[in-house]
Amino acid sequence: MKYLMFVATDPEPDTSSEPHTDVEAWFADVEGRGKWVIGDRVRPAEDATTVRVRSGELLVTDGPYTESKDWIVGFDVLDCEDLDEAIEIASKHPMARAGRLELRPFWPIDEG
Amino acid sequence: MAAAVGEQRLRIVAGLIRVTGDWELAEDCVQDAVERALARWPRDGVPVNPAAWLTTTAHRRALDLLRRRRTEADKLREVQALTETEGSAVDPYGGVYRDDQLRLLFTCCHPALPPAGRVALTLKTVAGLSTREIAAAFLVTESTMGQRLLRTHTKIAHAGISFRVPEPHRIAERTAGVLAVVYLIFNEGYSNADGGAGDLAAEGVRLAGLLAALLPTDDEVQGLRALLLLQHARRASRTGVNGELIPMEEQDRRGWDRAMIVDGMAALDRARVAGRVPGSYRLQAEIAAEHALAPDAAATDWARIVVLYDVLFDQQPSPVVALNRAAAVGFRDGPQAGLAALAEVERDERLAGYHLLPAVRADLLRRLGCAAEAAAAYRDALTLVRTAAERRFLERRLREVAASGTTPGDR
Repeated sequence: MKYLMFVATDPEPDTSSEPHTDVEAWFADVEGRGKWVIGDRVRPAEDATTVRVRSGELLVTDGPYTESKDWIVGFDVLDCEDLDEAIEIASKHPMARAGRLELRPFWPIDEG
Repeated sequence: MAAAVGEQRLRIVAGLIRVTGDWELAEDCVQDAVERALARWPRDGVPVNPAAWLTTTAHRRALDLLRRRRTEADKLREVQALTETEGSAVDPYGGVYRDDQLRLLFTCCHPALPPAGRVALTLKTVAGLSTREIAAAFLVTESTMGQRLLRTHTKIAHAGISFRVPEPHRIAERTAGVLAVVYLIFNEGYSNADGGAGDLAAEGVRLAGLLAALLPTDDEVQGLRALLLLQHARRASRTGVNGELIPMEEQDRRGWDRAMIVDGMAALDRARVAGRVPGSYRLQAEIAAEHALAPDAAATDWARIVVLYDVLFDQQPSPVVALNRAAAVGFRDGPQAGLAALAEVERDERLAGYHLLPAVRADLLRRLGCAAEAAAAYRDALTLVRTAAERRFLERRLREVAASGTTPGDR
């Protein structure tokens, strides 16, 4: 089952003194187990461009489509057995503590 | 017969969900088997092995439905295999049944599900309540509750929540999640006994018993079971003839369920695992045990109860625990000391709008003899209280302090 994992900032990051996890180690583990499909960082919201078409007219605007304090800073596509496995993988990502992660299951085109 | 059916129902539902992955099919098949049993057994007599009869009947129905849907052959074989392994239930809480029931509980209480959905699904699938009964308990329409259940089933399917027991390193926190759902179910019934939710307290006690049978060495599971039994034992003395709540110090202790208290104390003994830091359910059960064992209200060991609240607060620094502690201080050292302890709690904004804050204050003022101030605090509490039983109790108290405040000759 595939999940899109949004990597986002959070106004209240973890402040405990737990040892740091490193994103390279996370990636090596997840990729090594064949759980990682694709992923990257994305540039901040000020570099975003929003595109709409209304009544045949193209509307291009600067900035993200929602005003939010929390920014999406990256994404990964994970291929997991089930949600519990995706949660385990997400929980070991450094941004689970420095920010937050959101798991969205894929909705295959042939499913209702 | 109902009890036997109830025990088998859960085992069969859990097995069918594991094999078919279809929650509705599992429940329909068991419902169908139970209805057939109710129609046939009184006429033809109860079969030699009722468990096997119910299992076989439910599985046969599942096979019929799956064949009609042209389900793959290997799934059909799995259901047939299930009939062979489960046909003769020896210990309904052991072996393969135990695992299936745990899978069911952990899935119903998965943290990725909405909290109200966890409660509804646990009541439907584990406790076996109908959608209508659950709707009545939570004062919503049957269609609203049906939607809530459907939404929860859908999330399980779409988000890829597996029917499984969590990894060993997650068991403790996931068990805590299951306990929270059971405690919430119990409390809904306990605090709203004259609403539609009265039976939920008994369901909560039953669910805690099931968990304790499935996870006998978990001290917090035993702690929750002890807590619920010790609280539920007081149910007959908790409300008066007019449906008003009776506070603990005025309850007729002869009405307490002694057999249930004995069960609760036995569970508490099992929860007291040497060397383990007591968890919040065990600590609350220890407090409930102090009340259950005191021969009368005056003999209550308030010194020990305050100490227990202190330990509980260290673990779970919630303002509600602090409020209960202040009330206990009021009994240990008198109402003046209680008010001093309460002053600190009252600064916590999280308690704004919580009716028990002015209610505790009112009780302390009443016992101090400050009738006018007590009456004002009772009126504050009455604007916030939500259940009828508590409202009637607060109204009774308000009448009492109002009467004591206007003694003859005052004017």
